[in-house]
Amino acid sequence: MRTSYYFTGTALAILFLFPLLWSGWASVRTDTGFGLDNYVRLFSSANGIRAAHVLNSVIVSALTVAGTLVVSTSAGYAFGRFRFPGRDLLFLLTLAILMVPYATILIALYVLLGWLGLEDSLVGLSLVLIVFQLPFSVFMMRNSFEAVPIELEESARVDGCSSFGTLVRIMLPAVRPGLVTVGLFAFLASWSEFFAPLILLNSTGKFTAILAVVNMRTASHGSIDYAALEAGVVFMAVPCLVLFAFLQRSYVRGFTSGALKG
Amino acid sequence: MRRRAVSGALYATPAAVLVGLFFVVPLLLVAWMSLHRWPLLGKARFNAPANYTAIADNALLGDAALFTLKYTVLITVLLFAIAFGLALLVQNRRPGVGFFRTAFFLPMAVGFASASLLFLGLLSEEIGPVPLSGDSPALGSAVLLVLWRFAGFNMLILLTGLQAVPLDVYEAARIDGATRWQLFSRITVPLMRPTIALVLTMMITGSLLAFDQFWILTRGGPDNSTTSLVMVIYREAFVRLDLGSAAGISVVLLVLLAVVSSVQFAVLRRRSV
Repeated sequence: MRTSYYFTGTALAILFLFPLLWSGWASVRTDTGFGLDNYVRLFSSANGIRAAHVLNSVIVSALTVAGTLVVSTSAGYAFGRFRFPGRDLLFLLTLAILMVPYATILIALYVLLGWLGLEDSLVGLSLVLIVFQLPFSVFMMRNSFEAVPIELEESARVDGCSSFGTLVRIMLPAVRPGLVTVGLFAFLASWSEFFAPLILLNSTGKFTAILAVVNMRTASHGSIDYAALEAGVVFMAVPCLVLFAFLQRSYVRGFTSGALKG
Repeated sequence: MRRRAVSGALYATPAAVLVGLFFVVPLLLVAWMSLHRWPLLGKARFNAPANYTAIADNALLGDAALFTLKYTVLITVLLFAIAFGLALLVQNRRPGVGFFRTAFFLPMAVGFASASLLFLGLLSEEIGPVPLSGDSPALGSAVLLVLWRFAGFNMLILLTGLQAVPLDVYEAARIDGATRWQLFSRITVPLMRPTIALVLTMMITGSLLAFDQFWILTRGGPDNSTTSLVMVIYREAFVRLDLGSAAGISVVLLVLLAVVSSVQFAVLRRRSV
C-alpha cells in the first residue's frame, strides 16, 4: 500500500514535471551544444518579441490584478456580510459568467469597446480580463469573508469602527489567503491570456508578449523555429513559476481553508 | 439595518457596474447583432433571420460541431477520471504528499497558450523527444496537452471537496461495516456532489469553447479536421469580416451551453444561497 503510493506518486510526478524540464533544456540547446542563441533569436528575429510587448504584458497584468482584487474584495465583503436588495441576483449573474461562452461575448465586446473609445487599448483589455476573473474571485472572496468569525467583526463595531474601518483593519488580514489566491490567479490568467488580446488588440505595437510569441509560430509559413519557441515558452513561464513558488504555501492554504467547500 | 443595506449595496456597486457593462450588455448586444448584417467595418442593416438560416448551409460549422462534441466527451471523461484519481492519491497527509500535489499542479502555472507552444515542440518530429504519430495525432496532442495542464487544477478542487466530508461520517459507516467501495460510492461521491458539478461544468464549458490549443497546435488542420466551434466564430468575424454571422453562431452555441450547464448549475446552487 505504502510502496505503491510512493511508486505511483513518483512516476506521475516525473510525467507531470517532464515537459517543463524538457522545455528548459530545449531552450538552451543549440547546434553546437548549449547557449542562449535561441533566446537571442526570440528577441531579434523579424516576428520575435520586443521590449514593448513585455511592457504591454506587465501593464495589462498589473491593471488586471489590482482591479480584480479591489472589485472582488469589495463584492465579497458585500455578499459575505451584508443583506441588500438584488444581492442574490447579482451573485448568480456573476457566477453565470462561467456558463457563457467566452468567445461569444468577445465578438460583442469588440464592438462595445469600440463604441467606448477603448478599441485596441490595454485598458479596455484589462477591464475585460477583470470581468472574466470575477466569477472565481467573487465566489472565493465571499466564502473567505463568510469564514471569518462574526464575533471578530462585532467587537470591532462595538469599538466604533465603521464598516470600511472593519474591512481594512479586521477583515483584510483575516482573508489574506483568499486575496493571495485571487491575485495569483488574476496574474496567471492575464499574463498568459491569449484569446482576448488576439481579438481586442489589433496593432502589433499593442501586442502582449504571448501574442508576439505565438505570432512567431503563426506568421512562419514553411519552417517553424521550434527552439526559439521553447525559449519563448520559458520566458513566459518563468515569472509565473517564480511567483507560484513564492506564494505556493499561502495559495494552497487559501484554496483548502474552506474557500471552496464541497 | 437600513444603513447596512445601503453600505452593502455600495460595496457591491463596482462589481455590479462591471458585470452590467461588460457581461449583460454584450450578451444583449450579441443577440442584437445576430439580427443584422453587421460587417466589421461599415453600417449594420437589419436582415433577420438570414444569419440563422445561413447556419444550416455552413458545411464547416457542422463538422466543427461534431469535432468539438467528440473532443468535449473525450476530455471530460479522461480529465475527470485522472483528476479524481490524483485527488484520491494525495488526499491524506503523509510524507511527500506536498511534493506530489505541487508537481501535479505546477503545469497550471504555465499559461495555456505557452503550454500549447511547449507541446508543439515536445510532440514535433523536429526537436521533440516524443514525436506523436498515429491515426489522429492532431487531436491526440491536444488531449495530452489539456490533461497535462488541467489535471492538477481539477485535482485541487476535488481535494477541497474530499476534505470537506466530515471524518465522523466515515467512522460511523465503518462501524456499521461498510466496505471501502461503499464508503466511496455512498458517502464520498454524494457528499461531494456540488464540487463534482462545479468541476464537470468547468470541463464541459471549457472544452466546448476550445480555441487556443487548436489554433496553436494544429491551426485547425489537417483539412479543417480539428477546427473547433470557436475557431469557426473567429473565422466568420475576422476572416470573412461578418460579425452578424459570428454573432448568430454564438447565440446558438450560447443557448446550447445554457441548457447543458443549467442542469449542473441547479445542483451547484443547492449548496447555499
